[in-house]
Amino acid sequence: MSDATTAAARRPVDGMRMRRPGLLGLGASRVVYETRIYFRSPDSVFFTFLFPFIMLGIFTAAFGARGNIGEAPDGTGGISVGAYYLPGMLAAGMLLSGVQNLAVDIAGEKGDGTLKRLGGTPLSPLSYFIGKIGMVLVTGTIQAALLMLVARFVLNIDLPTDPDTWLTFAWVFLFGTITCAFLGIALSALPRSGRSATAVVIPIVLILQFISGVYLQFYLLPEWMQNLASAFPLKWMAQGMRAVFLPESFANLEQSGSFDLPLVALNLGIWLVVGLVLSRVTFRWIRKDA
Amino acid sequence: MEMESSSAVVRVRDLHKSYGSFEAVKGINFDIHPGETFALLGPNGAGKSTVIEILEGYRDRSSGEVSVLGADPQRGGLDWKARLGVVLQSTGESGAVTVTEQLSHFAGLYPNPRGVAEVIAAVGLEEKAKTRISRLSGGQRRRVDVALGIIGRPELLFLDEPTTGFDPEARHQFWDLVRRLKAEGTTILLTTHYLDEAAQLGDRAGVINGGRLIDIGAIDEIGGAEARVPLVRWRDAHGVIKEIRTDRPGQVVAELVGAAGAEPVDLEVIRPSLEAVYLGLVRGATDQIRGEEDAGKQSDDRDTATGRVAADELAADETTVTEAHS
Repeated sequence: MSDATTAAARRPVDGMRMRRPGLLGLGASRVVYETRIYFRSPDSVFFTFLFPFIMLGIFTAAFGARGNIGEAPDGTGGISVGAYYLPGMLAAGMLLSGVQNLAVDIAGEKGDGTLKRLGGTPLSPLSYFIGKIGMVLVTGTIQAALLMLVARFVLNIDLPTDPDTWLTFAWVFLFGTITCAFLGIALSALPRSGRSATAVVIPIVLILQFISGVYLQFYLLPEWMQNLASAFPLKWMAQGMRAVFLPESFANLEQSGSFDLPLVALNLGIWLVVGLVLSRVTFRWIRKDA
Repeated sequence: MEMESSSAVVRVRDLHKSYGSFEAVKGINFDIHPGETFALLGPNGAGKSTVIEILEGYRDRSSGEVSVLGADPQRGGLDWKARLGVVLQSTGESGAVTVTEQLSHFAGLYPNPRGVAEVIAAVGLEEKAKTRISRLSGGQRRRVDVALGIIGRPELLFLDEPTTGFDPEARHQFWDLVRRLKAEGTTILLTTHYLDEAAQLGDRAGVINGGRLIDIGAIDEIGGAEARVPLVRWRDAHGVIKEIRTDRPGQVVAELVGAAGAEPVDLEVIRPSLEAVYLGLVRGATDQIRGEEDAGKQSDDRDTATGRVAADELAADETTVTEAHS
């Protein structure tokens, strides 16, 4: 052990106390810290980060030989299975990075004492939120970028070239990912322990993916299931992504015959507010008197 | 019995805490003064953790007054938290970061932290600085907890059973560390089940049992002078162990030597340790609580204010010779 008393000399006299680090600065330092932990935990890397890649690979391998999707009888206008599933996988990545990742992560931090420890430090919950949302944005962006690189260079899928389309991608991605992050924080209040978190969260996320046009082609689903899915944000994220990556002709396969981007924005906006309010209301460092 | 409380770092008055119909804390008063190390002692379930968590701001009290560093912990803001160091009882974090990464991150939360390398050295983890916390042993992880508690250069440090899982050497290193923190002027609230630790580190102690403070005082005075009467123990000519409780052990030993004309076999003069005094206090208080519960209101005229009953009984007959079976 070294001599800690030398530190006494450096102790500032009263009234000279330095200022606490700012909310945003701490938030940024949390983003770095959280992202490092994310990539070091095998669970999050496999079930959140790599999952869309695995599913895209499986769909391409399983159905690729059946020919293109959406072909006219004369054999024109179709796209490959991989190209059809890419927007769904991007939407799934946003959902997993936000909702599944944060809900399981934060419920676990509640259970293992991480939040209790943080609650005893001068860290603002706001900086903590910034850290979580920033981590979701960083990991989600890397995930989406890699997915598109794999699509382009491994599966030979043509990506959009029009700048306006990429602008649409940017807002759907940012809006959707932030909404999912808040919904993940809110959902973390539901599991009663860190250990039960995956059992509570994964079925919710999985069912949403099946009914929202991620795994199953949305236009093939019965109308009641399409209507049910419309009550949740994933359907709108997937629709927004289809607007970016599918040819204009595929708009006919949508429920209303159009990609309805304003409706996508409206629904994500509503869910963002819901997520914000629920996060704010339910989040506690610890449950007092539990 | 207490100093004027305006200068107190921690001030607790008539503190009550109930969980539903269970009353965990039943009216506790104490002060902790600047620079003091105060040991809060008591058996499991006595209410120690409830009290310490109320002071840390983790729990809300049912009634009473509490002031910690001049603030009500229920309303303590971030600036208030920046002046505290908290070492919680148990942790189970996943530990995907290294010791250095964890301490650097936490140092960044405070306005005027200690140096990371200096703190790692102070808890004796230099060789594990680049190791992930998940790969440390239980005792080593506990040292990380202690390091995180002091990284922010706290004015008031809460140590809730800090040395659980430490080997004896680590415990002595930890004691040295606490003495250095004390020398720097840190006020410390310590709970521990190791009474030798409380005796080594504490200036004063409070003993909690059944939600009540049954005694409080300087560490070498707690339990009263009677509880500290020395014990002379030896084996007589028939091989039977004898004990005498006396204020004059030297005289007793001299008489023994004179009577036997030889060195007494297995002779010991025992001054009751803090542990013995503590056990006397707690046993007395527990008997009393049980008595109250069993017989409703006993018309016993023992002083019900303290748990000194057992200690008094032990010391009542100064020259009682007891035969103990060996």
